[in-house]
Formats: sequence, C-alpha cells, structure tokens
Amino acid sequence: MKARSKFLLGGLVVIGTSVVLMGSSVQETAQYFLTPSELANKIDRDPSFVDVGVKISAKVVTGTIERAPDGRSVKFQMADSTTTYNVLYKGVIPDTFTDGVDVVVDGRLDDNGTFQATILLAKCASRYENEPDKYPQSPSYPTGTKPAA
Amino acid sequence: MTLVGELSLWVAILMAAWTTTVSWAGGYQRRSDLVFSGERAMYATFAFTMVASIGLWYALFTHDFSLRFVSSYTSRNLPSVYTFSAFWAGQAGSMLFWTLILSGYGALAVLFNRKRLREMMPWVTGTMGLITLFFLLATAFAANPFERLDWVPADGRGLNPQLQNPGMAIHPPMLYFGYVATAVPFAFAIGALITRQLDGEWLAAVRRWSLLSWFFLTIGIVLGMWWAYVELGWSGYWAWDPVENSSLLPWLTGTAFLHSIMIQEKRGMLRKWNVTLVVLTFLLSILGTFITRSGVIESVHAFAQSEVGWWFLGFLIAATILTAMLVSTRLKDMEAKAELESMVSREAAFLYNNLVLVGIAFATLWGTLFPILSEWVQDEKITVGMPFFNSVNTPLGLLLLALTGIGPLIAWRRASTANLKRQFLMPVVMGFVAVAVLMALGMRHFYALVFYGISGFVATTITQEFVKGIGARRRMYQEGLAMASVRLVARNRRRYGGYVVHFGVVVMFAAFAGQFFKKDYAQVELKEGDTYAAVDPWGHTWNFRSEGLSRYNTVNRNVTAISLVVDRDGEPMPPMVAERRQHFDASQNATFEPSTEVAILEMAGQDVYVFFSGMLDADTAILTINFNPLVIWVWIGGIIMAFGGVIVMWPQAERRERGYAAEMAPQHEEVLVGA
Repeated sequence: MKARSKFLLGGLVVIGTSVVLMGSSVQETAQYFLTPSELANKIDRDPSFVDVGVKISAKVVTGTIERAPDGRSVKFQMADSTTTYNVLYKGVIPDTFTDGVDVVVDGRLDDNGTFQATILLAKCASRYENEPDKYPQSPSYPTGTKPAA
Repeated sequence: MTLVGELSLWVAILMAAWTTTVSWAGGYQRRSDLVFSGERAMYATFAFTMVASIGLWYALFTHDFSLRFVSSYTSRNLPSVYTFSAFWAGQAGSMLFWTLILSGYGALAVLFNRKRLREMMPWVTGTMGLITLFFLLATAFAANPFERLDWVPADGRGLNPQLQNPGMAIHPPMLYFGYVATAVPFAFAIGALITRQLDGEWLAAVRRWSLLSWFFLTIGIVLGMWWAYVELGWSGYWAWDPVENSSLLPWLTGTAFLHSIMIQEKRGMLRKWNVTLVVLTFLLSILGTFITRSGVIESVHAFAQSEVGWWFLGFLIAATILTAMLVSTRLKDMEAKAELESMVSREAAFLYNNLVLVGIAFATLWGTLFPILSEWVQDEKITVGMPFFNSVNTPLGLLLLALTGIGPLIAWRRASTANLKRQFLMPVVMGFVAVAVLMALGMRHFYALVFYGISGFVATTITQEFVKGIGARRRMYQEGLAMASVRLVARNRRRYGGYVVHFGVVVMFAAFAGQFFKKDYAQVELKEGDTYAAVDPWGHTWNFRSEGLSRYNTVNRNVTAISLVVDRDGEPMPPMVAERRQHFDASQNATFEPSTEVAILEMAGQDVYVFFSGMLDADTAILTINFNPLVIWVWIGGIIMAFGGVIVMWPQAERRERGYAAEMAPQHEEVLVGA
C-alpha cells in the first residue's frame, strides 16, 4: 500500500472515532434550550414533557425575587412576553443576579408547575454595561443636568 | 480633543477607502505611483485611528459623561488604570481598539515590506485597507464610541466590578492583538493567490505574522482562564463557553498552520492546505467576533446584543465566498512538489498533528454552533454541555500530546528502524516508568495515568534533545555547560524555542489532569471562632478558623471581609481573606450588585479556594471551600509556552542583516543531532 493511502486510512480512523464520539456524546448531553412559552407549548402538546431536564432562557420578573436569608436559595418568577413560571433555585447565587436580568436556568418543571433549577446563570442586565438612558428614572441615581429640549 | 478624535474617525474612513482603492488599482495597472500613495495612505489611516483613540481616552480621563460610552463604563471614582482599560470594556470602544490594532498592523506590514515583495504588496496593502475600512465603518455606524447622550449625567455608572481586575485590563488587548494579527497572513494569502507566488519570501512573511498572532492568542487565552478562575468564583478556568471557544478556534488552526508550513518549507508539499489554514484562521477569528458581539449564541460572557454582529456576519459571508472563488482559480498553481513517502516520517506525524488540531477545532465549532444548527434542522434549540466537549476533545488532545513528542524527533521522508530506536527507546521507557511510579503511589484513575504516561514520554523526548544538543556543542566547541546551553538555543531558535513551547504544553496537560482528582466540597457556615476541617485530595487535613468579619470602605467600594487562620496537618499556613464588595459611585450610591473576591492559596500540589458566597446573619459567613489540584501549573505552562514563543520569534542577528532571503536558505544549524 502506498504511504498516501496508508495516511488517509489512518486519518479516516481518527476522523471516524471522533465522529462516533461526537454523536454519542451529543445524545448524552443534548438539552432543549427553550423560552417559557416554548416550554408551555411543548407541555400542551405532550404532557409527559414535564420533568424533563431543560434549559430555559428568560427574564426575571421585577419585584418577585425572594432570597432565602442564608443566601443559598432564591425564589423568583421568570417570564417571556406571554408565559411566566415560578422558579426555585438552590445553590450559589451569582453576583449578577437581580431584577429584570436575563437568566438561563437549567433544571426541570415539577408537578406543581414550579421550575426546580439546579444551575442559574445571570447575564448582567446588559452584560457588562449600564444603559445611561435607563437610569435617570432609577431612584438611586443622582440627577444630572438634562438639557432643556 | 474629543471632537478632534471624533472627526479623525471619519478622516480615517476616507484614508482607508483611499488605501484600498489606489492599492488595488496600482496592483492591477502596475503603477508604482499609485502603490506608493496607497502605502502612505495606510500609514495615514493608522495615524488618524490613533488620534481618534487618543480622543476617546481623553474623554474617558476628563470624565466627559455626555458621551454614552464614557458614562456607561466609568465613574469619577474609578481607579485610573481601569479608566484607561475601560476603553475596551464595552462594545463601541473595543471596536475602535480593534481597528486601531488592525491599522497599526497594516502600517507595520507595509513598513517591513517597503523594499520586499514588491509585486505582491499592493494587494496585501489593499486587503489590509479593505478590512480596516470595514471595521472603521462598523465602528462609525453601528457602535460609535463618540455617540452623545441628550443629557449630561453628573457621574457615570462605573465599570462592572468583575472587570476591575488586572487580568481583565490586559486579557482583552492580548486577545485582540492575536485575533487581529490573523488578518495580516490572510492579506498575504490574498496577495500570493492573486500574484501566484506561494513560496519563498511569502512563506517567511506569513510565518512571522502567524507566529505573532499565535503568541498573543496564547497569552490572551491563558489570561482569560486566569481571570475566570480568580474572578468568577466557580473554581474552574474553562467551561467551553461559546466565547471561550471562539478564542480557541483560531488558535487551533493557527497552531496547525505553524506546523504544516514547515512541510511546505522543507518539502514543497501541502501548499493548498496551508493557504486554506491561513484563510480559515482569519475567518474563524471573524466568526468569533460575530459570536461574541451578536448575541446569537447564549453566553454569559457575550457583549450586549447589537447590530454590529450582523455587520460581521455579512463580512464573514462575503469574505468566505470571495476567497473561495479566488482559491478555486488558483488550484493549478498550488500543486504539491513532492509526495508523502512513508507513514513513518516527520511529514506523516505533522499531517496527523494537523488532522487532530483541525479535528478539535471542528468538534469545538460543531458544539458551539449546535444550538443554531439544531434550530435550522429541527426548529428547536438544543445545546450541548461541557461533557460533549470533554469527551470528544480529551482523546484527541491526548493524541496531539503524543504527536508533540513524536513529530520533532522522527526523520524527514522515511525514518529507519535505527532512527526510531535511537530516538524513542528512552522516552517510551520513561513514559511507562511514570505510569508505574504513579500506580505504586496509589493512582488508579485511567485517564490520569494515560495523561501522565504520555506527558512523561514527551518530556523525556524534549530533555533528550537538549542533552544531546548541549553535549555535542561541548565536545565540538569546548564550551562550558551554561555557554553551550545558551548558544544551542540561540543558534537554533526555531527548533529549541519550539521544544520550550512543547514543554509548556506538557506542563499544561499535566495540570489539566489535576481535574480528575477534584472532589466537591460542601458550603460551610462560620461564626467568629468557628473552625471547619476538611481533607484535601492528597490526604492532608486542613483547619480553617474564622477570625470574624471586618467591614470598611475603600476607593470605590464597601468591603465585608472574612479572615481565616489556616493550618495543614497542624502546621500553620498563610492566613486567607475573602471579600464581598459593594461598589458605589462618587455620591455614595450603590452601583451594581454585590460582588465577591475569592481568596486563593496557591501551592504546587493544589490551590485552596475560598469563595465568600453570602451571609447567614450579621456575623455568620457562608463560604465555599474547594481544593483545586495542580491549577498553578496551568499558569506556569502558559508562561513557558509564551516564553518559547518569544525565543522562536526573536530575530537572529544574521537574519536581521540579510532579511527574509536568509531565513529561507537551507536551515543553518551548527549542530546536527538526532534525525
């Protein structure tokens, strides 16, 4: 056999193994990534979908955060434009978690309709920036010199 | 000054447009007056972008809060080092910073080649000009840092506390230096394809710039890992997050290129593949920018969702199509000059190295884009997590590590049995010795043993090369040990610098394997005087006694700190202090959510990592205490890799005099050992 074909054969073995590995680990670790309304839709169509591990991307409803006094768990509501879910998260609460932020929660919906989260990722309100337009209204913010229009 | 900066941005756009137009026209019509004008315009583009940047820095330091960017990222009480680095903390500023580096590289490429590669340079300058023009337009129209608010806040909102970290001040620039440098080899590839000159001086120029890009990407990625580790409090340094992945992708293809280009230099093979890798590396860094800035893929690190992302997508598609068309018309000029002769040869080892690096890149890209792909195919977003990346990339990574030991030692063309025996007997034995010793010490983790067996093998190959080289010099030139070592490396920088980089890789892999010994530890609640005892992965018993909490104000924050008196097996260790911080602005109003400052005790065997997660009541702290095995070696491995990179890049005296031509002459090595 020529060296070139031998190399190609070896290459195929490497590529083949990686593809098999990729395929099998996709099956093991793949997770639905949904919005609250997509989750509600899925459950409407297939009631057995409750209690399946999913990732949900949503916004924290302002004013709903109840932190446990020991700082180890938090209850809040997450929502998109149409659907709202209650969430109970147990674990270390990230520094960026606050009213109105985008969160990604990882967990499952229990029978009572509460989302039991095991992972909570909060994306800083606008990630790493502050929108100056929003804060003239915020009470804690010093009033600037807004020019007369 | 701010206004001058803003105007300069627009002038820079005109300059970049001029650079592009006259360079292309000059190249096409072979008119040197146009070519020179284009080159001078490239310098001018850089100069005006520089003035624009100085204008933004001036606005930052004079607290001109009428600029949206300044009021979004700084405040009056922000320490000046972070006021300086706030330049690249947000979308708009980082776009300008990116453009500044890009135009600077463009100017340098023109400067270095003002007497060389005359036929190719107009196209290179034109391509650099075009990319710069794109970035300037995107900055000016989609993310302008000079955008004004219709009111002037009394103070800015301050910089996110997580970005107030020395790692964050240098990590982004390093990464940008690396990302942006991929544009230069790309421009040279375009120039070479158009002029059909894919050898000689071109190779040297492309290699040099790729090396520069590799060097900065390496530093940038390692600094990013370090930042995530010390700042985010999760006691890990790599999570296969889309943003992390997008910095790794061009590093992988760039590394593949630095190896495969050697085959082209020595044997005239792989010419199509090398051009493809150069182009791919650039496109992947643009893809990374798109992922980071568009918000299409969920990531905790990403910048705010912004229309800039769509500019990049458009650019990516246009660049891919145009380059593919150009390559397809030049396939005939890129035929290989030689064939692979044997599977047992350095060529074959390097080819496998390329295959594995590109394989890792492909798997990583696949996993990163999986949510988008699944949405297209199944109309549902599905994500894959860390286990996906780990289970695919760990075996590939181990294969790569083994090739790191094999590649440099095996003979070109066809290795003889004698060559194999001479080079590999000792390393293979040492690899097995490493496994045997670790098993005797009680290590039973399969993957860890494989990691350390291969690490032992590769480390021995490298040591053996140094020992042989130094020994030969001592015999031939009667030099002392120190002199022989220094001269060996100094006279063969590419080869021995490469070994140093490889050694850094070995150290880093050995550190990665530390993850296998990690255990999960519980959260603990400590009042003043309480003690928590834990056993680390190596069997030592640790005691942490709380000295209570202290509260105080400093610069721009209110700090709650807990100090711990620590001992290991009864022997006292340095005290550890973990903090929670509430940042505030100049008028004492709280900004941002409370943040945490981890306490880390770094030791050779492990890091003790104390995260202050919250308060149970006014005087009880909740801590998470972790032992992270071998983490310090990740940073040490990174430093060694960067150091090796410096050795490889350092220009040799004779090369400086004779230019690229000398570099391309047959490698002049004073001592030929091994193969």
